[in-house]
Amino acid sequence: MAGQISRIRLFKDKSAHIFMIGLTTISLLVLVLMGVGLWYKSRDVVAANSIWELLSSSVWKPNEGKFGFLPYIIGTVSITALSVIIALPISLLTAIFLTENARPWIKRFIFPVLDILAGIPSVIYGVWGTLIIVPFIADRLGPHFVEYTSGYSVLAGGIVMGIMILPLLVSLFVEIFSVIPNDLRDAAYSLGATKWQTSQKIILRKAAPGIIAAVVLAVSRALGETIAILMVCGNVAIIPENLFDSCYPLPALIANNYGEMLSIPIYESALMFATFILFFVILLFNAGSRILLQRVEKQYKLQ
Amino acid sequence: MKAKFIQEKFFNLLMLLSTCIVVAFLGSILWTIIKYGIPSLSWEMVSSLPAGGFYLGGEGGVLNAIVGSLYIVGASTILGLLISIPIVFYTNIYLKKNSKIAYFVRLCFDVLYGIPSIVYGAFGFAIMIAMGLRTSLLGGIIVITLLIIPIMVRSMDEVASQISKDLLDATFSLGATRWETIKVVLYQIAPGIATATLLSIGRAIGDAAGVMFTAGFTDSIPTSLGQPAATLPLSIFFQLSSPSPEVRDRAYASALLLTLIVLVLSLAGRMIMRYFSKNKI
Repeated sequence: MAGQISRIRLFKDKSAHIFMIGLTTISLLVLVLMGVGLWYKSRDVVAANSIWELLSSSVWKPNEGKFGFLPYIIGTVSITALSVIIALPISLLTAIFLTENARPWIKRFIFPVLDILAGIPSVIYGVWGTLIIVPFIADRLGPHFVEYTSGYSVLAGGIVMGIMILPLLVSLFVEIFSVIPNDLRDAAYSLGATKWQTSQKIILRKAAPGIIAAVVLAVSRALGETIAILMVCGNVAIIPENLFDSCYPLPALIANNYGEMLSIPIYESALMFATFILFFVILLFNAGSRILLQRVEKQYKLQ
Repeated sequence: MKAKFIQEKFFNLLMLLSTCIVVAFLGSILWTIIKYGIPSLSWEMVSSLPAGGFYLGGEGGVLNAIVGSLYIVGASTILGLLISIPIVFYTNIYLKKNSKIAYFVRLCFDVLYGIPSIVYGAFGFAIMIAMGLRTSLLGGIIVITLLIIPIMVRSMDEVASQISKDLLDATFSLGATRWETIKVVLYQIAPGIATATLLSIGRAIGDAAGVMFTAGFTDSIPTSLGQPAATLPLSIFFQLSSPSPEVRDRAYASALLLTLIVLVLSLAGRMIMRYFSKNKI
């Protein structure tokens, strides 16, 4: 009897094992399926135009089967770069403040603020951008620099995206800074260094690989952001010449046209190719930065 | 005064300033949403369907979007939990602590977590076409489930990987199989499950790009899985671009509603975390 019960229990254990392996494998297969599926779907447009032509041309004539993604790629890259330029100094200083200087009550106040910022849906950022940032650029900031701007611009996209990646960057930086051993700080203080000198010469330098990894992660988040950017960047398929020009990032292209363009197979294939580019770049950036971050944290913890 | 102290003062000020900027951004966002949303938020807004079309008609409310969002979020949260709890249990209990497979699984979920929802949406829609499905509630639920599984797995895993080995050894020494330790493990990761659930609800309810192609948009409440469903973020997005000010007001009201939901979820997350932590060893 006892033997039978334990056999049933072992059977349960084994079948749960198989079930769980199956579930894990299936969920991870989504990643593979996505890559293969998107590539398979984009093969038509790649066969008609070479990959190099697709990436470097700016001729966009769906009826003639010509798809140049250059304006869209430049739109995405410029908004992403601008958002990092805006968010990096603010988030670094905030993170240093939180780990090195801030009193506990300040931390108790700031961390929920960051949580909420991270949790606000991107469409809300978009609404805020169109109500506050776009008019500000069109009426106040723009006229100082250019003759006319609608406000729906690279700058608006960069600002909105910058704020969206702020909470991610700050929380990653805080995590990295707080695993740096205190001995290093004590050593610097005992040599007469001020807090800022310690932060600048010890903490920032020691955390450099982690900071790079965090930025790459934030970049990959910014590359794929759709709705908020779509609402503030103007969606005009030109190569922007300055910050006040409109632009048309890749995710916006996909969101605006996919679903309606199924009647022209090669158009659908082109949009799938755009999705594949996003998928592939973000996959690389993500995997790279995650591996780097884990190494960095492990290294500090051993010291 | 020495230069280094002036420098110290300067950078302290700069740090304080940037922290204030972060807070100010949140303040500005919340203030804007409340200022525009409050005048148009009314009981009619949350309890009636849009009359005369969501784009041009000015009457009615956004009940279609509220119910659609609730359907999608509710179903995908339950599905997501059913799928991700076994995955977390497998990587933490069945696999050894330094297992290469566990490392690989975690990395893959990290990457999946980073894939933007527009890619999920476009991929999901391509699959739906291939299978002959149209935009529907079911499609939305499937894509949102796929979207939140990585969030659930990673945030539960963070708690589960902290479970002390002694505790597991104690259950094993009492003769429990690995499967039977789940009774103990579930108690330990309860706060993780709660926060993971709230995080995913927050992400799922706010996601627009994923449901854009898959769930579509409609003025009515779906009565079956095969019908399209409206969602709050999309109703904000579409109605904001309308030429009619009454319809834009509806967008502002939905924006306020969505923000309030997200704020409540974030607050509830903190309280639940505190409440559940008392079971922790």
